[in-house]
Amino acid sequence: MTSGSVHINTDIKKKVSSFLVGSNKNRRFGDKLFHGLVFGTAAYTLFIIVIVVFSVGAGSIKIFSQEGFIGFVTGTAWNAVEGRESYGALPYIIGTLMSSGIALLIGVPMSMGVAYFLVEMAPSRVSGPLSFIIELLAAVPSIIYGLWALFVFRFLIKDWIETPLYNTLGSYIPFFNQAPFGLDVFTAGIVLAIMIIPIVSSISRDVMKAVPDSQREAAYSLGATRWETSRMAVFPYGKSGLLGASILGFGRAVGETMLVTLIIGNAIGPSAIPTTLFSQSQTLSSLIANEFNEASSDLQLSALIGLGAVLLIITMIINIGARIMVSRMVKVSPGGRE
Amino acid sequence: MRLSSSSNEEVTRYSPQTSDNDKRVVVAPATTQTKIKLSIQNVNAWFGKKHAVKGVSLEVKENSVTAFIGPSGCGKTTLLRCINRMHEMTPNAKAEGRVILDGVDVYDKSSDPAMVKRRIGMVFQKPNPFPTMSIHDNVAAGLKLNGIRDKKLINEVVEQSLKGAALWDEVRNDLHMPGMGLSGGQQQRLCLARALAMQPEILLMDEPTSALDPIASSKIEDLVQQLKEHLTIIIVTHNMQQAARVSEQTAFMYLGELIEYNPTRDIFKNPQKELTEKYISGRFG
Repeated sequence: MTSGSVHINTDIKKKVSSFLVGSNKNRRFGDKLFHGLVFGTAAYTLFIIVIVVFSVGAGSIKIFSQEGFIGFVTGTAWNAVEGRESYGALPYIIGTLMSSGIALLIGVPMSMGVAYFLVEMAPSRVSGPLSFIIELLAAVPSIIYGLWALFVFRFLIKDWIETPLYNTLGSYIPFFNQAPFGLDVFTAGIVLAIMIIPIVSSISRDVMKAVPDSQREAAYSLGATRWETSRMAVFPYGKSGLLGASILGFGRAVGETMLVTLIIGNAIGPSAIPTTLFSQSQTLSSLIANEFNEASSDLQLSALIGLGAVLLIITMIINIGARIMVSRMVKVSPGGRE
Repeated sequence: MRLSSSSNEEVTRYSPQTSDNDKRVVVAPATTQTKIKLSIQNVNAWFGKKHAVKGVSLEVKENSVTAFIGPSGCGKTTLLRCINRMHEMTPNAKAEGRVILDGVDVYDKSSDPAMVKRRIGMVFQKPNPFPTMSIHDNVAAGLKLNGIRDKKLINEVVEQSLKGAALWDEVRNDLHMPGMGLSGGQQQRLCLARALAMQPEILLMDEPTSALDPIASSKIEDLVQQLKEHLTIIIVTHNMQQAARVSEQTAFMYLGELIEYNPTRDIFKNPQKELTEKYISGRFG
């Protein structure tokens, strides 16, 4: 390159330089403003949790001082008659955990199957449309599932699943020994499973997709079949993510209100303890939804808020438990980062 | 390349003959005449519509090191992946032709792709140990997969394989630690040990040192020299000096075609084709 071929216009240089050495004040102000805004949004989340915990705590003080926290959590009565008022949350805790547990037992394996099929087996012309349908299902409001279950699905469950189970196993295993009615903890669990399958499979699919092909090839190169490759490379690599997806599904099932209110049978008091798979029951959130409007006394209102407090504690325990499990796994996991 | 006496000892200990349970016939390296271990006949490979390997044929001698060289996208890695039927695992990928291993076509209808991979081991471009497994479990992964439950045997093979990959001395006290905790070069040798644990007859190495620093690379190169006493190695490399250092035969590929396949010495000193000469003298690629 000959000298002089690069021509620098000194005029332009001066103009540009005047910008570079000029004041930075406005830009620094923008920076500060941005910091302030972002800090505000972060503080907001803290503010909300404090308010929620405070109001739930304040609202339930009355019932906890009346029954004692342990007494409330282990109590089974639900008596709103003035002068003989007594409230316990145990049946609804069991109802909540049982319906969500059934949902998890059915929903998680199904979701893993769906995700596995989409990522590892289906050709792209199948997996694309199918993924889209699953995303659509995930966006269906739960009340729609509830209505469909109430008017259509519960009869199918009763006739095709519950009655055969009752007829064959009912006389041997007490857990199945109740004439099924269709509105019970089992139906609620199945419909909750149907509700969580789309979201759990959609997240699980993303998790499995994120497993690098080099991991699959490592397993293939050792002579692994397709299934062995998944067992060796895909599931272990993605297990913290898959666990996260399952916990999210469980969280949704635990907190779901209207759908459950429609189909769990809405039993109250000791009879709400599901002694069989086909018992009418009640969950913490469905009882709140059922009774909040008609709460006649302050103590009953406080008892309902107390149910909310118990629900809050349960979901927190689940979330913290999941975090501990995930962090334990991540230590030996992808990327080797601490 | 001469072996030092210490590494010689490692090699003897690695030898598959030391394992009683190994019923496979092992050919003693020094005494037998070189026979053709692998014969690639008119192999074609596609990615969708892209014709990546075009009618390549070549023969590989037992206990030798063969290098595939060529510019990026020339099909050398794809050809390598056709040998153990890894290529067809990629969606839309297709391979045709014959790859004869000890007289049997691995593409024969009766041949199981998973079985082929048990006999033909592979080391990849980037180290890919299983992140949730310990060092020991990474090496033992293939054995457990194939139903070996005998703990004593597994431990023996793990030790032998790690020695074969010259990693034993560095990790012997940390076998329960995660494989991902190792350095990049150590991880690659761990992957080599994982492949060796399967007692493969052929080892395919796909640019095994491209993600490693020079010291780690030279360790891998030394290992290639030692391991060829026991198995047949095919190595894909971008690095022509590496091909010159480690291989006896070199195949030069360009745009999916095999341009020249000759003893390495001849390829670098006296190339038959103009294209080869241009490539090795750095005028393209």
